[in-house]
Order: sequence, then C-alpha cells, then structure tokens
Amino acid sequence: MSEIEKIIPIEVLRYRPEQDTEPVLQTFQVPFTDDMSVLQGLQYIKDYLDGSLSFRWSCRMAICGSCGMMVNGIPSLSCKTFLRDYYPVGLRIEALAHFPIERDLVIVMDDFIEKLESIKPYIIPKKPRTLIEGEYLQTPTERDAYEQFSSCINCMLCYAACPQYGLNSKFIGPGIMALLHRYNIDSRDGGKAQRMEMVNAEDGVFDCTAVGYCSKVCPKHVDPGNAVNLNKMESAKDYFLRFVMPKGTGK
Amino acid sequence: MRAVAPNRRRPYVRSMVGWWRKNPYFVEYMIHEGSAFFVAAYALILMVGLLRLTQGEAAWNGWLTALRSPLSIAGHLILLVAMLYHAWTWFTIMPITLPPIFVAGKRLSATAITAGGLAATLLTSVLLLLLVWRLGT
Repeated sequence: MSEIEKIIPIEVLRYRPEQDTEPVLQTFQVPFTDDMSVLQGLQYIKDYLDGSLSFRWSCRMAICGSCGMMVNGIPSLSCKTFLRDYYPVGLRIEALAHFPIERDLVIVMDDFIEKLESIKPYIIPKKPRTLIEGEYLQTPTERDAYEQFSSCINCMLCYAACPQYGLNSKFIGPGIMALLHRYNIDSRDGGKAQRMEMVNAEDGVFDCTAVGYCSKVCPKHVDPGNAVNLNKMESAKDYFLRFVMPKGTGK
Repeated sequence: MRAVAPNRRRPYVRSMVGWWRKNPYFVEYMIHEGSAFFVAAYALILMVGLLRLTQGEAAWNGWLTALRSPLSIAGHLILLVAMLYHAWTWFTIMPITLPPIFVAGKRLSATAITAGGLAATLLTSVLLLLLVWRLGT
C-alpha cells in the first residue's frame, strides 16, 4: 500500500438485548482509505474487531435502502457517506432514530411495512383489461407527474428525520405518503378513493407540521414533504366536495 | 412436542425528551415556529387599537400616544425583526407545500417560489406603506 494508513475512531451505539439494559456506546479504531464508506468501516469492525456487531446492508450503492443509520445524528445511508469526511475527529453511528432498536444498528421496521401494505402500493386499474386488450398506455407527461415519487427505496431516512413520527408512531409518515401519492397521481390508477381513507384518517396527513427535514435527508431526491402537504389539500377537497357531489361519488 | 426457545427479543424504544435540541435543523424549526407568537402579539396590538377606536376619540388618541412611547417603539423594532424572520422561513417552506407549478414546460424551482413570495411581500408592504402615508398627510 502506497498510502499512509490513517486511523479513525468510530463510536457505535450498541444494544445487545441479552446483556444490555439500554444502548451503550463503544469506540473502535478503524484503519481506512479515502474511498471507504461508513458501511465499509462497519464491515471492517465486524470482520476484524468485533464479529458480534449487527447492521443491515446489501447493495453498497444507494439502491437497496437497507443501510440507513444516524451518522453524527443525521439520517444517512452509510454506503453513501464517507469516512474521509469525518477524519480526524471521528464519527458516531446510531440506529435510525424514531424506530425501536432490535439489536445494535438494526431497527424494528414492522410498523413501516404494515403501513406500506395498507396503502396498496400498486396500480389498481380503473377498469381491468384482459391480456388481449394490451397494456395500459401512458404519455411521457403523465409519467413525469409521479416519476420523482417513484424513486423511493424505502430506506426510512425520512422517518428518522420526522419528529412528528418520533412523537407519535401512528402518524402515517413521509415515505409512505410519497408512495401513496405516487400511485394516486398515476394516470393508469383508479385506487385513489380507497387510499384517501388513509390520508384522511386521524393519524393521516394532518399530523404533519411541515418541519420539512424529510425532504432534506432523502438520498434519492424524493420530496416526501411535498407529497404529505399536497395531500392535506386533497384531503380538504375530499371533505368539502362531499357536500356538493351527488351521493356515492365521493369517499 | 418440541420445546419453544424463550423469546430474547426486547426492542428498545429511545426517549424523545429534548428531541428538538438534538439537531440544528430542529432548533431552527422551533425558533421559526416560535416567531408565530410575535405575529400573534402584533395582531393583539392592532385588535386593542380597534377596541380603543370603538370607545371614542380620547381612547383612540390614548392608544396612539402609547404607540409613540420609546418602549413601544423598541417593542415594535423587535416585532419587525421577528416578523421578517417569520416571513422568510414561511416562504422557505412554501415550495414543499405547493403543487408543482410549470412555466413554459419547466417546473418552477424552489428558489423561484421562495423569491416570488418574498418579492410579493415586499411589493404589498411598500404599496400599503405608500397608501397609509398618503392618507396620513
């Protein structure tokens, strides 16, 4: 190796339910090169320093959404964050905020998955077509309307950025709303009336106080804050339109 | 029958106490939300003015004199600064609350929306000031 080896202190919030009553910080001295991500730093710890460290990861290229964690208190994908930016001071890694910790950096994501299922994140055709009738066509402009929202990788960084979700986990939250919106504004979809029940619910969009940090931390440049706030308008429309719409059309 | 292993799962829920102090972004959020109290305070001052107006000329003139006191002027300066900050942050968050706006086929940027809002505020403030000035002289 031509490069002089540099060492960076990485502080990790550990939680081993069989021995810890609450999470504790543990510091590791990790040798690194300038091209190493925070995730690679953790992999070094697991391979050479402490094999019991638990964390989720898969693709290493900001596509799978598995390696979200708090890096110095900021929700980040650890594969997209680099150790060199924290040298020589070091960094602190914690499990994604606002979620229960299962173990070390692994969070319990059941709530997110349940919400994801509840919004029916797939196209519900207005009128089912048979195979012989061919595909559902869409113009590029119609596609552009939802394209941004379809970039969500379910990494949950926006939930770790949302204090309202942290204070009340019943809140539907930013990422799920972005996905709900993605299907509602798809020209091929006819499931809006079903999904509006989730938008209008007690813990639907109106739990949002427009903090806006969700949109700042999104690694895929989705604007979940926009999806939530646009649906406040949709929800208000939904509420008031039922007074003027003939019975049975509004929901 | 096979014995069931004890469930060792014990998910840990972290406390939200002091959440807004943990990130500079949240500190700023609390400050800009807090600046709404200054907006409310000024609305209250105007409401008192309206009330005094209904109570006759003497009451109204008393309110005007009170506004001219050094304490009131200092207070107004503080209110002005808070209002300007409130307006600034209000228009900064506006892009995430608006539906996409397309101008000549291109989506209007967040910066343009914020700048547009601030420009509109400046324009209406100047027009209002000119109007009041003319009515006053």
